[in-house]
Amino acid sequence: MAFRNYILVCGGTACESSKSDDIYNALIAECKAQGVADEVQIVKTGCFGFCEQGPIVKILPEDSFYVQVKPEDVPELIAEHIIKGREVERLLYVKEKKKHAKVEDIEFYQKQFRIVLRNCGFIDPENIEEYIARDGYIALEKVLFEMTPDDVINELRTAGLRGRGGAGFPTWMKWNFTRQASGDLKYIVVNADEGDPGAYMDRSVLEGDPHSVLEAMVIAGRTVGSNQGFIYIRAEYPLAIRRLEIAMKQAREMGLLGKNILGSGFDFDIEIRLGAGAFVCGEETALLASIEGRRGMPVPRPPFPAVKGLWGMPTVINNVETWANIPVIIAKGGTWFNKIGTQDSPGTKVFALTGKIRNSGLVEVPMGITLREIIYDIGGGIAHGKEFKAVQTGGPSGGVITIENLDTPIDFGSLTKLGSMMGSGGMIVMDEDDCIVDVTKFYLNFTVDESCGKCSPCRIGGRSLANLLEKITKGNGELADLDQMLEIGQAMKKASLCALGQTAPNPIISSLHYFRDEYLAHIVDKKCPAGKCKSLISYYILPDKCIGCTACARKCPTGAITGERREVHVIDQAACIKCGVCYETCKFGAIEVR
Amino acid sequence: MAKMTLEELRKLRDSRKSEIDRRDINSKDSQIIVGMGTCGIAAGAKTVLDTFIEELNDKQITNVAVTQSGCMGLCYVEPTIEVIVPGMPPVIYGKVDAEVAKRIVHEHIMQKKMVSDHIFDRPSIDIIKDGGK
Repeated sequence: MAFRNYILVCGGTACESSKSDDIYNALIAECKAQGVADEVQIVKTGCFGFCEQGPIVKILPEDSFYVQVKPEDVPELIAEHIIKGREVERLLYVKEKKKHAKVEDIEFYQKQFRIVLRNCGFIDPENIEEYIARDGYIALEKVLFEMTPDDVINELRTAGLRGRGGAGFPTWMKWNFTRQASGDLKYIVVNADEGDPGAYMDRSVLEGDPHSVLEAMVIAGRTVGSNQGFIYIRAEYPLAIRRLEIAMKQAREMGLLGKNILGSGFDFDIEIRLGAGAFVCGEETALLASIEGRRGMPVPRPPFPAVKGLWGMPTVINNVETWANIPVIIAKGGTWFNKIGTQDSPGTKVFALTGKIRNSGLVEVPMGITLREIIYDIGGGIAHGKEFKAVQTGGPSGGVITIENLDTPIDFGSLTKLGSMMGSGGMIVMDEDDCIVDVTKFYLNFTVDESCGKCSPCRIGGRSLANLLEKITKGNGELADLDQMLEIGQAMKKASLCALGQTAPNPIISSLHYFRDEYLAHIVDKKCPAGKCKSLISYYILPDKCIGCTACARKCPTGAITGERREVHVIDQAACIKCGVCYETCKFGAIEVR
Repeated sequence: MAKMTLEELRKLRDSRKSEIDRRDINSKDSQIIVGMGTCGIAAGAKTVLDTFIEELNDKQITNVAVTQSGCMGLCYVEPTIEVIVPGMPPVIYGKVDAEVAKRIVHEHIMQKKMVSDHIFDRPSIDIIKDGGK
């Protein structure tokens, strides 16, 4: 008996943390209880990307998109939708009073184009047969039995795929270097050390479609002549690791990994290496050192890993998202891939959209789309009706992009021109309440924490920059500090050993370029326009608005607010620690930030 | 599962493909909607639904989505179903049982011919040969 309905439950980390596991179990139990267990297939998939509205349950073939589902909703879903065929309207995704039942109607999905996330939210990542049924391992068949290594490299060259980890180096060139390099052993490495704050593209791919990466690794092994691969993944991604392990086990059992793959005579196997969560280990030479069991610190390049990598052997190292593109390119052809996106950067890019955006989540868009389309059409604009201020791309290595440049088509080249970078795909949206100096300080503190300390430009320069920013946010800044920051930044860019130090000043350089006024307000007027830098703001009670309800006084942690009931209250500025609780508590708008 | 050869991998893919394609709504251009109101269920809509699914599966037809809806309002001829196929007017069939369901798959879906003697309400009677019921 074939199934008549399919219930897809998101099993990504975000939805799982809001109890999607319980929903999954409740669905199974409820289908049994209501006697439809053998008519309905319940699948736990990878991330749907629409994390803002999770946990998500999608029912096919009606294509009903249920959001924020709770385990208690399950009996109603089964009784109404499955048994009686009536959609449960209150759980459908609602936007501006119009009910969106179908996925194709949701703006979040309309502008997306899914290659990397093709199977995320569609298949059960723990079942290899579902991946195979979606044309999985077809590319491997081609590579093993029809194509020569030259054909594979040429296909990638035609495709024009560039590394998705940030730098955008052409993938075919990397592979070709390793193929032509001489070495008794060669290695294939997946960089899954995703460390940018707010970024989770790689995690979602590994959680939702682990086989796409495994298949690509075997293809690379065959192409460059390697029999051993490593996946370097951070230990704080337990779900991704578990799904990878399951996927590897299933692939081995079916003869898609291990000795004599599909009877071709080609051997390839993969091991997982867990990283302890050091940001610098995302840098390829530091990552390789960490796999070898040494301290994760970068070494100067050249020689590049493609020629002299893991244990001194030629090594192909690519980012997860790059790997996930490979099987599709081989299966559908480089020409097909090259037509998507822009000439400079063919294909798509996955972004993790976070910050002050209405629909935060994971999106995959063709290159060449504008930031405005991503933020307003897909992301639904700024949350809570606030004003857009800037978007940070490239995480702590990137820069801010302001409203004037929102219509720039996104690709590797255009973002660099704007003083930011593509990076691995983190996209953090800021609104009018964010202080640019404060945000920049956050990034600098992050890179200072994560600097490995090997080279002095990064170790000392980063610390000096963070200190200067601290000084400015404390209200002690001087105009000369701005020039000094730029000077230190330039030195770090030129002299640091690896990309961590070379890009660490980017947030300062770019924010100083676009938001110099805001720095000046901190330094000259000693004011923080966004009201974030505590040393520069004070809270006051407006006498004509305060009705003496005592709500703020009761919440104040230091007892700095005094006043009789029904009389105007006063804040003792000496005792106030500027936590802002009174501001959030007051229902009458009587608290003012100055 | 033992290690596979190339042939076995291809066979496995083919055997699982139709199942997974049924999940992919983008590949579907036609729809069979079964009215599953209380009246429909009482009149046997459940059997009809199951028959459609099995029959489509049997005939390896993957471009048709079988969905359910509430009562279509024609309670006197339940079970009722609606068939939407590109290039043909949407048709509402009534008094559908397992046999009629099979005929609908064979004639309407596969041969693009309406099953006239079970058409109710839609399309209007002047389009249908021999007037419908």
